[in-house]
Amino acid sequence: MATTETTASGIGPVEGASQYSVDNPAPLIEAPRQRTKKSPKSTRGNFEMAAWLFMRLSGVVLVVLVIGHLLIQLVLDGGVSKIGFAFVAGRWASPFWQVWDLLMLWLAMLHGANGLRTVINDYAERANTRLWLKGLLYTATVFTILLGTLVIFTFDPNIR
Amino acid sequence: MPAGTLYRGREGMWSWVAHRVTGVLIFFFLFVHVLDTALVRVSPEDYDKVVATYKTPIVAVLEYGLVAAILFHALNGLRVIAVDFWSKGPRYQKQMLWTVVGIWVVLMIGAIYPVLGHAAREVFGS
Repeated sequence: MATTETTASGIGPVEGASQYSVDNPAPLIEAPRQRTKKSPKSTRGNFEMAAWLFMRLSGVVLVVLVIGHLLIQLVLDGGVSKIGFAFVAGRWASPFWQVWDLLMLWLAMLHGANGLRTVINDYAERANTRLWLKGLLYTATVFTILLGTLVIFTFDPNIR
Repeated sequence: MPAGTLYRGREGMWSWVAHRVTGVLIFFFLFVHVLDTALVRVSPEDYDKVVATYKTPIVAVLEYGLVAAILFHALNGLRVIAVDFWSKGPRYQKQMLWTVVGIWVVLMIGAIYPVLGHAAREVFGS
């Protein structure tokens, strides 16, 4: 520890005395990424920051929604054995569970889609591969969200 | 550690790897799960027929795996939030990971009977 001790001016004993002082300050070096009047306007916005925040906010809500869902479907009242059309009809008779499932569908799909987008960006090295994988991902995501939403809103317990 | 890699191993990297793997698995299941639930709009019989596969012993084991993935992803996700937003989070990330693993083990033991009980009764007789 003591071997790397430096003098108050920040100059080690090898370099000798400091060239600069309070009256003769060192020149200020501009930070490499400092934006100036000459640098072009950013065209990106804050999408990545919003996505990062969304993952955390939706994640907290999903912990409650999904673990509640697992308890109801797989643990309580006979576990998976009780599930059937009649069970679904009974639960979706209540607006509370409709909203629960709708919120869970949207948040989980968007959370998962953003997660997969990150994974694709990390591992697909060719621009074309990324383009196609993300195209497939977004198509599947939009399709699944729309299908699930339609099913919840148009559910008919007397379908037959 | 191999040269020329950014991967540092230990708790930090492996929890990140496990978070990715469980996340991707859960997303693929979610896609299938919305499709099978959509069968309630086709007919009660078709829905019940497909849900019957969810009640077979082999799928029960897969369900136990799904619960394992979801619980790890949920608990570790809360740890990630703590690392990001709690000022002492980064310092305690290892302790928090082992707390996550501890809670996960307890919950997984608790899930054995509810999730796998019916499968065991079917395979070994009741």
